[in-house]
Amino acid sequence: MSDPNSAYVSLSGVTKRFGDFTAVDSVSLDIRRGEIFCLLGGSGSGKTTLLRMLAGFDTPSAGTIRIDGADMSAIPPYERPVNMMFQSYALFPHMSVEKNVAFGLEQEGERREQIRRKVGEILELVKMSGFGTRKPHQLSGGQRQRVALARALVKRPKLLLLDEPLAALDRKLREHTQFELLNIQQRLGVTFIVVTHDQEEAMTLGTRLGVMNHGRIVQVGSPADIYESPATRFVADFIGSVNMFEGQVRGGTDGAGAYIESAELGCTLRAERCERLTAGATVWTAIRPERINIGRQPPAQSGGSAENAVRGTVREIAYMGDMSIYLVQLASGRMLRVTLPNITRGAERALARGESVWLSWHGSSPVVLTE
Amino acid sequence: MRLSARTGRRLVAGIPILWLLVLFLIPFVIVFRISIADVRLAIPPYTPLVSWHHGAGHLELHWDAYQFLFTDPLYVSSYLYSLKVAAVSTLCCLALGYPMAYAIARAGPGTRPLLLMLIVLPFWTSFLLRVYAWIGLLNNNGVINNVLLYLGVIRQPLALMQTDFAVYIGIVYSYLPFMILPLYANLEKHDLALLEAAADLGARPWRAFLAVTLPQSLPGIFAGALLVFIPAVGEYVIPTLLGRPDQLMIGRVLSDEFFENRDWPVASAVAIVMLALLVVPILLLQRLERRQLGAQ
Amino acid sequence: MRSRRLFARGALILGLVFLYAPIVSLIVFSFNNSRLVTVWDSVHSPTLKWYGTLVHNGQILDAAWLSIRIALTAASCSVVLGTLAGFALARFSQFRGRLLLAGMTTAPIVMPEVITGLSLLLLFVALEQLIGWPRGLGAVTIALAHITFCMAYVTVVVQSRLTGFDESLEEAAMDLGARPATVFLRVTLPLILPAIASGWLLAFTLSWDDLVITQFVAGPGSSTLPMVIFSKVRFGVTPDVNALATILVLIVATGIVLSTIWMRYQQRRRERDEQLAAAANL
Repeated sequence: MSDPNSAYVSLSGVTKRFGDFTAVDSVSLDIRRGEIFCLLGGSGSGKTTLLRMLAGFDTPSAGTIRIDGADMSAIPPYERPVNMMFQSYALFPHMSVEKNVAFGLEQEGERREQIRRKVGEILELVKMSGFGTRKPHQLSGGQRQRVALARALVKRPKLLLLDEPLAALDRKLREHTQFELLNIQQRLGVTFIVVTHDQEEAMTLGTRLGVMNHGRIVQVGSPADIYESPATRFVADFIGSVNMFEGQVRGGTDGAGAYIESAELGCTLRAERCERLTAGATVWTAIRPERINIGRQPPAQSGGSAENAVRGTVREIAYMGDMSIYLVQLASGRMLRVTLPNITRGAERALARGESVWLSWHGSSPVVLTE
Repeated sequence: MRLSARTGRRLVAGIPILWLLVLFLIPFVIVFRISIADVRLAIPPYTPLVSWHHGAGHLELHWDAYQFLFTDPLYVSSYLYSLKVAAVSTLCCLALGYPMAYAIARAGPGTRPLLLMLIVLPFWTSFLLRVYAWIGLLNNNGVINNVLLYLGVIRQPLALMQTDFAVYIGIVYSYLPFMILPLYANLEKHDLALLEAAADLGARPWRAFLAVTLPQSLPGIFAGALLVFIPAVGEYVIPTLLGRPDQLMIGRVLSDEFFENRDWPVASAVAIVMLALLVVPILLLQRLERRQLGAQ
Repeated sequence: MRSRRLFARGALILGLVFLYAPIVSLIVFSFNNSRLVTVWDSVHSPTLKWYGTLVHNGQILDAAWLSIRIALTAASCSVVLGTLAGFALARFSQFRGRLLLAGMTTAPIVMPEVITGLSLLLLFVALEQLIGWPRGLGAVTIALAHITFCMAYVTVVVQSRLTGFDESLEEAAMDLGARPATVFLRVTLPLILPAIASGWLLAFTLSWDDLVITQFVAGPGSSTLPMVIFSKVRFGVTPDVNALATILVLIVATGIVLSTIWMRYQQRRRERDEQLAAAANL
């Protein structure tokens, strides 16, 4: 495995059925050495089952899993070069912190002083040096999380599986831990596969994300790819918030992009970046709330009727501190969500409820989706 | 030597299965087999399944024991009496046990373990001695009669011993924890917010109880009732020590057939019929328990 | 709400009186001088004379010794078998014979004892005919019978404890490289040890206490303590049985009360630790 970009973990056609229910549906996926790959999905999307198959707790009904080139089908969990951090942390309640961390090394039959040294080092790395003799129930949630991480890392696995690593922490602690996790990952050069339902966590942790729905991977890409160019309506809707319109493709695609008529929107949409579209086909257009301009005057270039600009009435304003959310109703009755950062402190330019406004966006903002 | 995981699992499940097959399931087959034999004066005192005449085997199937069971009124009345005693005792257990379990489930978290301990403690002491204690209480010159005579409530001692009443007392007394524990386990899990919601919607306390608590506790009631009813049908010690000499329960009949009359086929037939009566309640109980484990 | 709670409280108190009155009267009359157990002889009582006769009653002492040996054997063997069965039921998702095992472990608990006793006796007789073992009835057959019904209780206790605890602990151990046997010995077993201990105690008590099944499989030679007591009380009350009962009740009560206190102490300490840990959350 000399090529650093070759697949380190490779899944092909992996399927898991429980009776009639298909939890994971022919997933094929390559994960590179040293990356943090986040499996993102709602509950029941199959992400945890996929992780459990990587660890060896569940066996695939079909398909193969290869780690570093070796087929894992017949390898039990205790012989896999993989360690896992459990969502519940699964710290052994009857063992001290040290004993918990040493457990994996003891299975290898390492010498005692070597075990002690390695345990000391890893506890230092997770900043838990003074807590070696405590029992898990004598630790706070954040401390338990770090012990669980130390226990999973002490054997220096090439691949670490993390099941909702931050879910049990409160919000403040979560942000801090997130960066610590990144830091440790970079220092040790371990490949991480993280399962999470929290898109924010996935975006900040992951070098790449795999979005899962109904047991399938619907899109794989960098956080920016997934946010800016979602492949399906599900992904667009699942990651961040989005305004979505149904419409028909008018004419063909020309140099300036595609033209889409949407009755809901009440204007012609011009989308610069999109695939080749067939005229007359039904498509969906997604526009992120922060990509929409809002103002009292019509936008400079449109003469009041042109593309990518509509009139509406402000119905609701939610002040969030760093930004404000406006719900604007269009002539068709559709509500549009627009967010604006609150750049200035004063309220002199603030819009009021009931005001009539113009909404406009750049031709590069709409994302056209066919499925 | 390292066992493969598969072999290990087979051993773990296989050893207890084998044990129970030999010492629990196969014995029933033997009981059934003897129930269709005939008595004879020999060791063992019943006819073999196959007899040999002129080099050919003949299956010896005798249904006499069963015929005897259904024609002699002694057996029929014993079965009916046992079912009646078990049913009445179960209802009494429920009537006393439900409010007790309810009171424990609603007691403070500090006193709950103490109360549970008080319920379970008698269960850890000898069943036989606890039944024996009732003889001292119920006798003609026992504690209850002496107290009542002393207080002048009665002039003549009441005949409490060797009555149906004494048997009911004995069974309720011995099996009460089996009723209370599953009921408590169920009642303790109830969400009290549901009762508050019912009260908020205008239900009076007793109506809220009937509409919310009681239906939710049905699995507990069934489990407790079956745990009392099934063994009570075959109860032997309690009716022998406290019960009527003129009306035997079926457990006593079985034992007498075996030890006194040495009629193994009839004793076996008595057991098989009792088992047939109890198969449905036992299966119900097992379904209930499986569902409970599944819910955990 | 009030009236219902009052009613339930009343029933609870009544029920507890009902549960304890016979035991209390048993103990009180063990100090009574009169042979007529329930007539208090206020001139010569309280007396310890029935306790004295007990110590010299060879039949009772022999029977008690036999009962203890059988109960120790039955409890120890049934704990092993019951733990295996409970583990299989709680941890192996699907295996052949699962339903059979589940059925065979719950049925003995409710099965009327006369049926179990008769069927076991007939089994032993048939076995002796077939393979010449066991030779006659006695302590061995009693122990075999007791193991069988005790293991059902142990299975239920162990199984419910295992279903109650987080399976990811065992998965974590396996993930860290422990083979199934190591996982069981180092993680599962220490965690279910309290359940196994209470299963052992339960099995000991049940074996110590059993009369009906024992009567079937005991044979003429061996008498356990319940059998001796039964033959004495079958035809009325005898004061030395009261003395014996008092001793047994006191032993059990002390044990239970002490273990409850110890468990509450552990629980309190644990809660305090958890509060401290939460307070120091950084």
